[in-house]
Amino acid sequence: MARDDVIIRIGGEGGEGIISSGDIITGASAKAGFHVYTFKTFPAEIRGGYAMYQLRASSKQILSQGDGFDVFVAFNNDAYQVNKKELKPGTVLLWDGPEGGDIQPESHPGVISYAVPMTRIAKDELKAPKAKNMVALGAISTLFSFPIETLKENIRLKFGKKGQEVVDINIRAIDMGKEYVEKNIKKQDPYRLGEPQAKDKDVIVISGNEAVGLGALAAKVEFFSAYPITPATEIAIMLARNLPKLGGTLVQAEDEIASLGNVIGASYAGAKSMTATSGPGLSLMTELLGLASIAEIPLVVANVQRGGPSTGLPTKHEQSDLFTAVYGGHGDMSRIVLAVDNVEDCFHLTVDAFNLAEKYQIPVILLSDGSLGFRTEGIKVPDPSTLKLIDRKWFEPKGGEEVYKRYEYTKDLVSPMSKPGQPGGNYVATGLEHGEVSRPVYTPENHTRMIDKRFGKLANIEDEYKPTEREGDENADLGIISWGSTQGAVREALARARADGLKVAALYPKLIFPLPEKAIAKFAKSVKKVLIPEINKQAQFAELVRARTGIDSIRYNIYGGLPFPPGDIYNKIKEVIRP
Amino acid sequence: MTAQALQPKDYKSVVPPTWCAGCGDYGVLNSLYKAFSELNIDYNNTVIVSGIGCSSRFPFFVKTYGIHTAHGRALPVAMGVKLANPELRVVATGGDGDGFSIGGGHVPHICRKNVDITYIIMDNRIYGLTKGQVSPTSDMGMVSSTTPYGSPDRPVNPLAFCLVYGATFVAQGYSGNPKEIAALIKQGMEHKGFSYINLVSPCPTFNKTNTFQAYKDLVEPLPDDHDRTNLPRAVELALNPGGKIRTGVYFESDTPSYQERLDEIKSKASKFTAAGFAGIVDLYRP
Repeated sequence: MARDDVIIRIGGEGGEGIISSGDIITGASAKAGFHVYTFKTFPAEIRGGYAMYQLRASSKQILSQGDGFDVFVAFNNDAYQVNKKELKPGTVLLWDGPEGGDIQPESHPGVISYAVPMTRIAKDELKAPKAKNMVALGAISTLFSFPIETLKENIRLKFGKKGQEVVDINIRAIDMGKEYVEKNIKKQDPYRLGEPQAKDKDVIVISGNEAVGLGALAAKVEFFSAYPITPATEIAIMLARNLPKLGGTLVQAEDEIASLGNVIGASYAGAKSMTATSGPGLSLMTELLGLASIAEIPLVVANVQRGGPSTGLPTKHEQSDLFTAVYGGHGDMSRIVLAVDNVEDCFHLTVDAFNLAEKYQIPVILLSDGSLGFRTEGIKVPDPSTLKLIDRKWFEPKGGEEVYKRYEYTKDLVSPMSKPGQPGGNYVATGLEHGEVSRPVYTPENHTRMIDKRFGKLANIEDEYKPTEREGDENADLGIISWGSTQGAVREALARARADGLKVAALYPKLIFPLPEKAIAKFAKSVKKVLIPEINKQAQFAELVRARTGIDSIRYNIYGGLPFPPGDIYNKIKEVIRP
Repeated sequence: MTAQALQPKDYKSVVPPTWCAGCGDYGVLNSLYKAFSELNIDYNNTVIVSGIGCSSRFPFFVKTYGIHTAHGRALPVAMGVKLANPELRVVATGGDGDGFSIGGGHVPHICRKNVDITYIIMDNRIYGLTKGQVSPTSDMGMVSSTTPYGSPDRPVNPLAFCLVYGATFVAQGYSGNPKEIAALIKQGMEHKGFSYINLVSPCPTFNKTNTFQAYKDLVEPLPDDHDRTNLPRAVELALNPGGKIRTGVYFESDTPSYQERLDEIKSKASKFTAAGFAGIVDLYRP
């Protein structure tokens, strides 16, 4: 049976054009109307120069990076050695050989092996050793029905500037890869992309980090300051390139404390402001987050999680900053925490983060993670005209010498904020406890009242924001609550389990704090057992759920630096339902 | 703002200073009112940003906008205010501990970026709000509650520090001479780019060493013939030959401010894409 869903991993030497060829075939596939989902992971045994690219493509929607790979394309022996233990029965090994390369494949029972002499064709026949990656793309496209004409079209666009000769060699290389496969290889595997959908053609291919940047621009961010940190730097890179085009200001600060300080000052002055960081930076920011919280200054912190603690695993995936995001910092600090699901979510939740920050005058932490930040997906072209943007409740002076109450106890507990420059609205924002007029007040009554204000303004956020999505059977044997980018694997596992006839449901909260307690309690009542899979040791979300709702869950935690394969969640579902 | 020039008292807020009697910071505050009045500064269009410490209470005592931030963080916050709205006048105030100990990491960067704000440090060589511990500008050997056997640390030199990191205006004043301070604040605020004003401001309560009495014979003006465009000479004087406290403008240079550089970047960037948000989206079409 044909499989219209293929995961291809290409591995080789850096400099062999692995990444550029991966980007080209991903872009061409998306342009032709296929769904694409790339995944970038770096093996622990990485050696200098190893490069890899992984693409999952299908004519149908893709929810996760999948389980391992279906096809491994080995450009050299190093890459083969790194990946050979993942060659499972039914997978395909497409390798540079039998002559010209340095690979001597071992016997892999059940693995389908195709040899294409990429190096030899590029070097001896084309006299263009660098075109090896294009020979590979020709072979891959022919074997698995990738859109070879769109591929050529994109090569003409991409290499056009370098001259006709370069274009011709690359096109010729693709054709030679194709011809070699057609003449010499008998297809024995089931992987074949289906018909691309025209309606899925109007897409952009963008990484999670870039989508956060794009979401910020759509939300009309005016000020961004950050310090470089893996895996969040691409947000700053994206905005450094694009924010000034729209008149905004970007600063590379001397550290994360300074970047959040910049953002606080800019927001006080009236600008929509944001920073982006990862765990170590978030730790440094916690003190100033408290200032933003007590002084009620709207701002957005995108935190792209990586393995921790300390320097931890900078390039790897983990969901272990939840406690810091929710509880980090001293004192009773109110804040909002959101978590993104996929690349499209990175765009939309960034817009939401700005809206919530402005609406409630509060710091909003947007939790993303390393694998989501790095990976690319084809997503619908965003249309900013469909977005509803919320502006701050501004103070408009009535004139006269009235005293401006910056922290006035209003009905919704959000106080009109004055923008510096206008008469009648002068005030000093302060990290000291203050009264309705922003001056230090140390009485017990006032401190209690003001803490209640800063938490109370969020009291209805669950009803106002509607931050959860439910999927699956109404009265399920098992309910999964999943947050962040683990949701993709859960969605895929859920679909498989339900196709098997298992009664499963899932709840996907976008809002992590304040926790949507009503939706969670309602969901827990509708299922027999609750499972919370997450990528951290401490079951941070399960603990938060228990602390806030009393609901106990079956915990499923991995913490090796990689995202959940959907197959593991599927197996867990079966194990829990039918022990 | 009315056409009528504002008097120094017009800048006073309703909050009375919290400082001890005899504190040097009173002289600084009055000088600031005076400088503001002489420049006819619009208090609605001015933001004073501070960190934590006795002198960091400053924003509460002036009728401008203000932010009283966290310890050591006045400069990054002040920078954010200025960059988000360059029309605002921004002044950062604080003490030696706030500026050169906990916040010291920010000083080099605001200097080299040349952000158009004025930074006023009231240097009393002691932590006053925590009731008397050595500060980064305290002399070695100073006895305080945390250094009962004398401080083992050598002091930092704020003037030299700012000069070598590229501050484009560096001056020193003494709170025993408020007239001069007012003149320095005025010059600092008129300067384009980052201006640093170090004010020697004794703490009569917790620093019994560096008192008005002790400073009396040490304070003297910079030499009449000092050339404020001569950076090596400014550094030499800042290194304090003869242990004197020399007041006046050490250095001043005409250098593009950070805002001017950011404006250049914006004009460069806008040449790459004409179509705004849609043009940016197009960059990601496959």
